[in-house]
Amino acid sequence: MRTNRLLAATALVAALGLAATACGGGSDDSDGSSKNGGSTKGVTLTYWASNQGASLDVDKQVLTPELKKFQQQTGITVKLEVIGWADLLNRILAATTSGQGPDVLNIGNTWSASLQATGALLPWDSSNFSAIGGKDRFSAASIAAAGAAGKDPAAVPLYSMGYGLYYNKKMFADAGLQPPTTWDELNADAKKLTTGGHYGIAVEGSNLQENVHSAFVLAKQHGADWFDASGKPTFTSAGDVAAVKQYVDFIADGVADKGNAEYAQNQTITDFATGKAAMMMWQTASSTILTHGMKSGDYGVVPVPTLTAGATGATGVTSMVAGINLSVFQNTKHKDAALQFVKFMTSTPEQKILNKAYGSIPPVTEAQSDPAFQTPDLKTIGGVLQKSAAPLPQVTNEAQFETTVGTAIKDLFADAANGKSITDSLVKSELEKAQSQMPAS
Amino acid sequence: MAATAPPRSAPEAGSDSGKPAGRGRLRPRIPARLRQLSLPYLLLLPALALELLIHIVPMIVGIVISFKGLTLFFIRNWKSAPWTGFDNYKVAVKIHQPIGQALLHSFWVTIAFTVLSVAFSWLIGTAAAILMQDTFRGRAVLRAIFLVPYALPVYAAVITWTFMFQQETGLVNHVLHDQLHLTSDKPFWLIGGNSFWALVIVSVWKSWPFAFLALMAGLQNIPRELYEAAAMDGAGVWQQIRKITLPSLRPVNQVLVLVLFLWTFNDFNTPYVMFGQAAPHQADLISIHIYQSSFITWNFGSGSAMSVLLLLFLLLVTAVYLLLTSRKRGDADA
Repeated sequence: MRTNRLLAATALVAALGLAATACGGGSDDSDGSSKNGGSTKGVTLTYWASNQGASLDVDKQVLTPELKKFQQQTGITVKLEVIGWADLLNRILAATTSGQGPDVLNIGNTWSASLQATGALLPWDSSNFSAIGGKDRFSAASIAAAGAAGKDPAAVPLYSMGYGLYYNKKMFADAGLQPPTTWDELNADAKKLTTGGHYGIAVEGSNLQENVHSAFVLAKQHGADWFDASGKPTFTSAGDVAAVKQYVDFIADGVADKGNAEYAQNQTITDFATGKAAMMMWQTASSTILTHGMKSGDYGVVPVPTLTAGATGATGVTSMVAGINLSVFQNTKHKDAALQFVKFMTSTPEQKILNKAYGSIPPVTEAQSDPAFQTPDLKTIGGVLQKSAAPLPQVTNEAQFETTVGTAIKDLFADAANGKSITDSLVKSELEKAQSQMPAS
Repeated sequence: MAATAPPRSAPEAGSDSGKPAGRGRLRPRIPARLRQLSLPYLLLLPALALELLIHIVPMIVGIVISFKGLTLFFIRNWKSAPWTGFDNYKVAVKIHQPIGQALLHSFWVTIAFTVLSVAFSWLIGTAAAILMQDTFRGRAVLRAIFLVPYALPVYAAVITWTFMFQQETGLVNHVLHDQLHLTSDKPFWLIGGNSFWALVIVSVWKSWPFAFLALMAGLQNIPRELYEAAAMDGAGVWQQIRKITLPSLRPVNQVLVLVLFLWTFNDFNTPYVMFGQAAPHQADLISIHIYQSSFITWNFGSGSAMSVLLLLFLLLVTAVYLLLTSRKRGDADA
């Protein structure tokens, strides 16, 4: 009888835990001489890289020459595995359970506090940071998004990204409009630009992470947070409700195509690049926009609007601190070699090469002055990261927050697309449901 | 005297094995009858060991976890997670509290989905099997085409359906709206209320060929003479189906319906591929719901408790079903 595979799967994870008590982690020791403090020459490290490029193969092409360079410099071989975002968190979770993880891995920076709570990642104390050149080399915002406040970071920033408002220059010029700085302006512009199968703005309604990122920024602007100081969820606060309603209203008000409610595969960028939508809020999207045929001079990037022009502090937050971090697995057998690898990847020359390849911004401040990062759009997003970006709540339940609130917004978008009236009470009840599903931390 | 007495054990053991004394190892004396009796059990041993390893042990570990507060804090060493007794179960069954309410909602969605999917799969499978009984030109080709959904990899098939169900560019709305003009607007199929029906459609498409295959095999066992005799007595096609075909297929149907029920109730692949980790509220099947509890909210204790409850429900349904069907069979035999 094929009963309950889920139970078996859950149990399997636990069964792997049994193995974890008996086994160490990390990759094979190729010459047996690479324990902590010993020689690192001849060591083989395993590195799980997250998918940053257009495909896993693109990532391999970008990273392989750099890893060879590292091998030539140090004699340390790096075995690369690029993992898609859909699988990465579960892979890390399984590795945490079994203890059989890679030596070095990429994590999304919003997962930092959650993964930190598992104890699977090496804490970056002052001694570990000094081994890679010091904490001060990194921008303060990117370090703030690398672990819970008051604790040693669980990761080191590798690629930084931030949100900006992308707008179609020609569509704006044709309508005699300037890029908006407030939400009122944006809504008025979007209404003017919504005509004959073209829409003012595109949103990614079924993409849970995108939903949460926008809801976070809007809530900040409405003077609200998603968690209180003790880390308890406060999803039903008036500011959170107003933030979600404002976001969902893009479809309810008809300035975004109702078909956007179904988008989860970055169709937003396609719509923007092909001229179907005049605006979108996205993080460092230039390389993807260009692959869809739009020329770099055809679009502009400005900071995401605020409620009032020139807002500062929390109400002036226009982006979450997006980015990818580099972590070392706690029970690696090759800590010294892993630190050397992190030092290499976060060195100024490598930061320039890698961030150029991925269209992101180096979190290492010294590398940011490179001309490659001085293009108008990257300068705008760099400015946002410096002045008006805030990290997502660094709480242990962050991953659950993304799923539950992201799903609530997805369901509200579906309601809006199906013609249901989006009221404050409906938004509040959906957020209440999301909050009830949050486990106690 | 004792020192000169010949050793007894070696020659005896040797003589039993038929080999010269003192040469080989000692072999226990196993009577031939016992050896014959134990052979089937020995042959079953590998299967039993694998069953233990693959199903029973993980299931027991899962049951143990359901009594623990296993969250991400203890994931590195699950044994250190605190015992919480029946707390996880209590939370799951409190239907006036949000978690219990959501679980109950998923349960009813799953029941509705299972009943509809099994009913339609069985109906289409039965109709197709009966139609395929008569010989006609192209029957073999048609039969092969019918089995295609069953032969296709689930992931590839379901992802194709999700393309077809896209609101703007999907084939389903193209046919319904653009070509047949049956709808005034293009409806959503992957979000909102229609997502439930999209799930049922894909599930039926995937399952009915199995019903068709099983019933076609069952039909082979019905003697043609019965139909000929019935026709001579003036029975029409519908009467022949009711009086001959369906009663003769009862043993096949008993197993078929149970298997379809269990497979459909536990189906994880279809909703996961169609909707990802966050299914729409209206199509929130219990399998996805438990996956979310365990692997998305990282609350393995709660997820395991829900899984155990589901297992108990399925065992109960299976037991009642088998009891009812065997009693009916007993009545019929009598």
